Amino acid sequence: MKPIGVVRFLGTNCDQDVYDAVAAVGLTPKWIWHEDQFEVRDVAALVLPGGFSYGDYLRSGALAARAPVMKSVGEAARFGTPILGICNGFQILCEAHLLPGVLLRNNSLRFRDGWVELRKSSEAPAFRDVKASVRLPIAHGDGRYYIDEDQVKRLFDDDRVWWQYEQNPNGSLENIAGVMNEAKNVAGLMPHPERAMFGYSGGTDGRAFFSSLLALA
Amino acid sequence: MKIGVKILPKNEVLDSQGRAVEDTLRHHGQTLSGCRVGRYVVLDLNESEKSRAIARATEICEFVLFNPLSETYELEVLEGQAHA
Repeated sequence: MKPIGVVRFLGTNCDQDVYDAVAAVGLTPKWIWHEDQFEVRDVAALVLPGGFSYGDYLRSGALAARAPVMKSVGEAARFGTPILGICNGFQILCEAHLLPGVLLRNNSLRFRDGWVELRKSSEAPAFRDVKASVRLPIAHGDGRYYIDEDQVKRLFDDDRVWWQYEQNPNGSLENIAGVMNEAKNVAGLMPHPERAMFGYSGGTDGRAFFSSLLALA
Repeated sequence: MKIGVKILPKNEVLDSQGRAVEDTLRHHGQTLSGCRVGRYVVLDLNESEKSRAIARATEICEFVLFNPLSETYELEVLEGQAHA
C-alpha cells in the first residue's frame, strides 16, 4: 500500500491529528519535511495540514508556498495525485497557485472557532465518499475566501467550488469554504475534517475525507 | 541601494483591518472617508545602479511580496531618506 504523505512546515500544528486520522482509517501516513523533495510515484495522496506556517508572516501560507517541498507538491498536482489542503494547507495551496483565490482576514477580524454546517457544491473525485452535507470544526483568522468576480463565476460554471458554508463565519465570497483545481485532484477547505474523526470529539463527518483515499492507496 | 515597497489591499477588496481602525477613529471624533491598512517592506539590495535595484525589487515583489488577487504595490528608492 502506498503511503499518504503528510507535509510539515515550520509552524504546522495539525500534523499529528492528520497523521492519526490517516492511520485511523487503515491507511499508512508518512511524514514529508518542508525542506525535502520526494518522488511523486511514491505516495498515493498528500495532505497539507493546518497550522500557522512561518507564523502567518507576510500573508498566510505565502512563505510555505515557496518552500523546497512545494516543487514536488507541484509535480504531484500535475501528475494527478490527490492533494488535500486543510486550513493553512488550503492557504498554502492558494499561495502556490495550485488552487485559485486567496484567503483574507475574517471580516469580523475575530479568530473564529466552532462547528459549522457545510454543503457539498461539487464532487472532488478523490473524496467522493464524503456525504453531501457535513458538520466540521473551523479554527481560523484568515478564512475569507476571495477571488475576482469573473473568476468566481467560472469556478461555479466549472464545478470547482467544493464546499459552501450554510452560515458564513468569515465573510467568504459566495459562502465558499473549499475549492478545487481545474483537474479536481487538488482540493482545499478551511474546516478541519481531522478534528471530526471520533464520537468523543463531537462528530465523525471528517472520517470519510480520509477513508475515501482507501480506494487509491 | 534600499528600495521601499508599499503594499496595500486593492480598493475593491474589503480591508477589514482598515475598517476597524476607521471605526475606532470615528469613535474618537475623527471624520474621515476611508482608512486602509497595508504593509511596508524595505529591501537592502546591494545594488548601486537604480534601474538594476528596481528590476530586482520588482522580481521579488512578483515572487512573494504581494498577492495580485488582493493587493497592489508601489516601489520607491530610499536614497537619502530616513529609511536609508
